[in-house]
Amino acid sequence: MSIGNALANRSFCVGLIVTSLIALVALVSFVWTPYPVGALDIAGKLKPPSAAHWLGTDHFGRDILSMIMVGSRNSIAVASVSVAIGAGIGVPLGLWGAATGGFVDEVLMRLNDLVFAFPALLSAVMITAVFGPGAINAIIAIGIFNVPVFARVARAAALSLWSREFVIAAGAIGKSPARITRDHILPNLASLLIVQATIQFSLGILAEAGLSYVGLGSQPPMPSWGRMLFEAQTMIGLAPHIALFPGLAIVITVLGFNLLGDGLRDVLDPKFQ
Amino acid sequence: MLTYATKRALIAILTLLAASLVVFAMLEIVPGDPARLMLGMNATEDAVHNLQEQMGLNQPLAIRYFSWLGGLLTGDLGKSYTYSVPVFDLIKERVAVSLPLAVISLALSTLIALPVGIFAASKRGKFSGTLAMGVAQVGVAIPNFWFALLLVYLFAVTLRLVPAGGFPGWGAGFGVSLKSLILPSIALALPQAAILARVTRSALLEVLGEDYIRTARAKGLSRRQVLYRHALRNALIPVLTILGLQFAFLLAGTIIIENVFYLPGLGRLVFQAITQRDLIVVEGVVMLLIATLILVNLLVDLSYAIVDPRLRGRS
Repeated sequence: MSIGNALANRSFCVGLIVTSLIALVALVSFVWTPYPVGALDIAGKLKPPSAAHWLGTDHFGRDILSMIMVGSRNSIAVASVSVAIGAGIGVPLGLWGAATGGFVDEVLMRLNDLVFAFPALLSAVMITAVFGPGAINAIIAIGIFNVPVFARVARAAALSLWSREFVIAAGAIGKSPARITRDHILPNLASLLIVQATIQFSLGILAEAGLSYVGLGSQPPMPSWGRMLFEAQTMIGLAPHIALFPGLAIVITVLGFNLLGDGLRDVLDPKFQ
Repeated sequence: MLTYATKRALIAILTLLAASLVVFAMLEIVPGDPARLMLGMNATEDAVHNLQEQMGLNQPLAIRYFSWLGGLLTGDLGKSYTYSVPVFDLIKERVAVSLPLAVISLALSTLIALPVGIFAASKRGKFSGTLAMGVAQVGVAIPNFWFALLLVYLFAVTLRLVPAGGFPGWGAGFGVSLKSLILPSIALALPQAAILARVTRSALLEVLGEDYIRTARAKGLSRRQVLYRHALRNALIPVLTILGLQFAFLLAGTIIIENVFYLPGLGRLVFQAITQRDLIVVEGVVMLLIATLILVNLLVDLSYAIVDPRLRGRS
């Protein structure tokens, strides 16, 4: 891929700009928010957007912009750690299955099917029922959900690489399957895995929001987009803006990462161009 | 066909058994005694002892697993601690809300997605096709529960066309019950439809690039005939795969959406059970949902063979 190619791709450019802005907002929230997050002002509650509060205030008079800014940290942290868990466990398993084949591969794939039968929400329900709710449990649940996804992608792509001439040649000069995987298979999978990571990241943002919304995700006082929407629900007739902005934050973030992923796929895989 | 079907069915049964072990094990790793956990800090020793007896906690692990498994097969999911009724009855009542919701949403999403996907594929490179996919791109990014809130605000709070939530029960009349499922199904269906439309389009485009499509055009079939007779049928496999996966997302989605609309379905049941630490109910609902998912995926696998005769020979 060349930089010129990438910049000519509209999805990639828009996605990159949007995701960079979101990352910037999350970073800025560490040093500055318009108001201290969680600062109550009951007299100024449910105010629509104004010059003082750009996105208005919620039912406790808290500044919605500040909460969305800090909430972005939560979404990004949960989504990235669960992608790391999924890739960290799934990719080695997929590569192992592809390199070994036979019985090991079969067992790994059946295990994959098993994990696949547990959607993130159901894992989260079980984990929460046993250990109680929390951001860590949401990360584990979404991470578990990501494992078979990465394992499948890595295995399928690795299998096709194993029949390529340069891999067979590497075997012929005596390299072990483990070394071939490290030196030849993995580098050739990298672009595919990056695309998948982008997709799983945006799914992770959605899943985290859903889990927080039903109370299985991060707990107060940590602001999270999903819980902001839950709290807005009963107030929607009085102050629709408090339900609008956290949702928009989710949509823009997910859209940004999806565009980035689509763009990356087009740029990295010439077949789709 | 038969060997293929048997192998898929066997795998499904094994997966189900393994899943039951996982669900059972989850409750075994509960820190401390599940009976004490469910009853809370202030329970008397007698109450804890009774519940232990009822849950069979004083029996060996293997015996407990097999009697639980046997119960699952005969529909005996144990007794809810908080409701004091069999879990099976609780679930039966709630499925009557969740299942119609999931099925209506799946149908709605397919009915929207297939035409949109076909349209976008046939208008590739034209403005209308790009616009349709742009809308789908945004649709994929919308969380269904937020979309649900917007629908409530527009159609229930502002326009007052439909109830904002609640469910009268099928006994109160088919029409009113169905009416209270309208917004929830739309909220669930649209984001799913966006995903499905994108998959339909890209699967169609892939097929339309094949040699046999050019042959079909060359022998004089119209663009339309080629699209419907040759391309669509061949594009169905990826579409079916996604449909199977979507059912999983829809079931999970119903659980969340029920909380937006206060629908007395499986989702409400399981969240109440979590708050009340009624682990037997959680176990039953999770097991039921997983069994449904495995069954649906089995049906999808089998339908591949119907769509694609080449798969029938393979074992």
